[in-house]
Amino acid sequence: MQAITAEKIFVKGNEAVAMAAIEAGCRCYFGYPITPQSDIPEYLSRELPAVGGEFIQAESEIGAINMVLGASATGVRVMTSSSGPGISLKQEGISYMAGSELPGVIVDIMRAGPGLGGIDASQADYFQATRGGGHGGYRIIVLAPASVQEMYDLTMLAFDLSDLYRMPAMVLADSVIGQMKESVTPNPRPQTLLPPKEWVVRGRLAGEPQNVVKSLYLGDGEMEAFHWKMHARYQELADRECRWEEVQTADAELIVTAFGSTSRIAKTAIAMAREAGMKVGLIRPVTLFPFPKKAYAQLSERCKLFLAIELSTGQMIDDVRLSVARDADVAFYGRPPGAGSLPTPEELFEQIKKNYRASA
Amino acid sequence: MRYDVFFAGYGGQGVLLAGNLLSYAAIHEGKNVSFFPAYGVEKRGGAAMCTVVFADGDTGSPVVGNPSVSILLNQLSFDKYAAKVKQGGVCIVNSSLVDTAGVELPGIEIVLVPMNQIALDMGDVRMVNMVACGAYIEKTGALKGSSLEAALKKALPERNHKLIPANVKAMEAGALAARG
Amino acid sequence: MKQVFNRPESLKDVSTHFCPGCHHGSVHRLVAEALDEFGIRSETIGVASVGCSVFLYGYFDIDVIEAPHGRAPAVATGAKRARPDRIVFTYQGDGDLAAIGMSEIIHAANRGEDITVIFVNNTTYGMTGGQMAPTTLPGQKTSTTPYGRDISKDGSPFKMAELLSNLDGVGFSARVALNSPKNVMQAKKMIKTAFRYQVEKKGFSFIEALAACPTNWGMNPMDANQRVADEMIPYFPLGVYRNTANL
Repeated sequence: MQAITAEKIFVKGNEAVAMAAIEAGCRCYFGYPITPQSDIPEYLSRELPAVGGEFIQAESEIGAINMVLGASATGVRVMTSSSGPGISLKQEGISYMAGSELPGVIVDIMRAGPGLGGIDASQADYFQATRGGGHGGYRIIVLAPASVQEMYDLTMLAFDLSDLYRMPAMVLADSVIGQMKESVTPNPRPQTLLPPKEWVVRGRLAGEPQNVVKSLYLGDGEMEAFHWKMHARYQELADRECRWEEVQTADAELIVTAFGSTSRIAKTAIAMAREAGMKVGLIRPVTLFPFPKKAYAQLSERCKLFLAIELSTGQMIDDVRLSVARDADVAFYGRPPGAGSLPTPEELFEQIKKNYRASA
Repeated sequence: MRYDVFFAGYGGQGVLLAGNLLSYAAIHEGKNVSFFPAYGVEKRGGAAMCTVVFADGDTGSPVVGNPSVSILLNQLSFDKYAAKVKQGGVCIVNSSLVDTAGVELPGIEIVLVPMNQIALDMGDVRMVNMVACGAYIEKTGALKGSSLEAALKKALPERNHKLIPANVKAMEAGALAARG
Repeated sequence: MKQVFNRPESLKDVSTHFCPGCHHGSVHRLVAEALDEFGIRSETIGVASVGCSVFLYGYFDIDVIEAPHGRAPAVATGAKRARPDRIVFTYQGDGDLAAIGMSEIIHAANRGEDITVIFVNNTTYGMTGGQMAPTTLPGQKTSTTPYGRDISKDGSPFKMAELLSNLDGVGFSARVALNSPKNVMQAKKMIKTAFRYQVEKKGFSFIEALAACPTNWGMNPMDANQRVADEMIPYFPLGVYRNTANL
């Protein structure tokens, strides 16, 4: 079938998120300004009214995420975006959304922390994103774009997965991917078959069932049953929705693993290594939750050496170690976030050389 | 082919616009492009930098440690970044503002272009970034002059399109100066 | 036989968990009557808060969203913006609205969201066991003010109906009480006016209902009613504080 081709556009990662949201049918956005993601509310404040949508600059990130909750409960596609300090504030609402089985997209353009930290790129909120972030032992879908094209495509995917599995979905990027501009094909919204939202609050006629969107479960066994139900749903996600990219892994003696911005830097480092005759490949998780464990397990049956690279002191590496075969080694190279800490391809090439050992 | 170029100067010299311009020109030639900006917290007068990578295939890392070409518009940028240019690479320097006396950079070709002076002669010092772009395509041949001209229409807001002919002339003057 | 008293359609035929003498049941009934009288039950979305009022969905026969503590005005904002054709109201207690949720209520009111807020002020945290609320009266003993509220340390009670009446976004703001038949009749009228504001798209409407909490006050229902008259109404005067459309 002939794909619908659109003319390429040259936009920032953050703008691509906002454009994709509108294409995905998002008609409500509630947010609060914070660097380095303010291009998203700025774009949507301009463009949402033109498509009959609603934009509110909320009083706080807490206000914003609860507006997301309220709008989502009525069945519309809704989004918010923020960065570190703001995402922390949103955790209350995200937990309630998870508890109420509400879809909704949260974009996190990570910046350095803890506290006010800085505006430089960071991957140190991996745990916060993939472990739920708020109280109550829930998970959310986490997608990690590595290009502006993926900022566009994965934002649309986030809306679909969020609706399909009735849980919040996060697009997790950083200021490199958010602020950089790339040529992008603005793909049309995927034609995903979605279940009808029979659970929405809508006001109702006599005889119709009462719909209540809530997270309070007081009856004997109710809360426990909810947890097992969600556990099964997370399992279903793991079975069906894992996405990852592999580059030159077939003959690799060392497989670099990184997500988002660092995977981009690593790709050029790997090209340098290949030029130097070293057999190096890459595995990049696209879904961080569910984490593509099976892909790692499979690769590690043959390749016994991995090198995890992150803009932190090491978080994703925990998931890598839990996924690879027991006799596989996982080395680590991290640059915790902050001004001047973004690694270069040359620097990562040095790390590859340091860890590489060709089999006899 | 994969090309990378690093621009640095202070805010107000049009570093980001120059990077955008090269990006649009590369897109015009059907390349994949990544443009990665970095700037100080200040809105005006702080440091401004950007890296542009364009390729027929994957652009790979938007971050470049040792650029094959660096275009350095002020002394601070030169002192900080000139030595980072890759061996065999080119460092295009705004000699109106940068004193390179006594600096030895073995394996790096230094191209001195008095960009402020040329821009002033062309009628507006703000065209210093256009002079720089002209010098870049002359030295590298990475992009066609006609692509840059086409790119101006996309990189400049509509209200500034009347300035395009002057900008094209500034580029040509930059190219001429780089030819030496 | 002529029926003179009936359960409003908007309420379910169940008994509530509220304590004897608690006024929540009365406020529920008045809100339900207003929904019935405007014939808007089938287009109404309620937003429950955290506290004794959390079980709104157990008593009202309408669709309900349960909001996090204090966030009901933000949740209602989202729902109303997404479905402007619906009637959206929040039902919140004093801790919920005037302490943890002060930011959300002020900003929703200031934006002039087309929602109705029912605020039940009983000067204490009911569900958690009678701690100091932002509306606890000076000198009032609670489980966290065992020596009485000391305004030099705890500040003075918030007068929410007055406070919100100063915001341009607010259409209607009134304070009512439920301690006597006369006050209940007046409350019914005010609550109906508040919903009329939304039905006629005249702006944000706010009702502060002074209510008794005999259990946490350590009183019997009669004495609690008397306290509303003797202590609360003098501090929190009843009346209409803002009525921009003169409804």
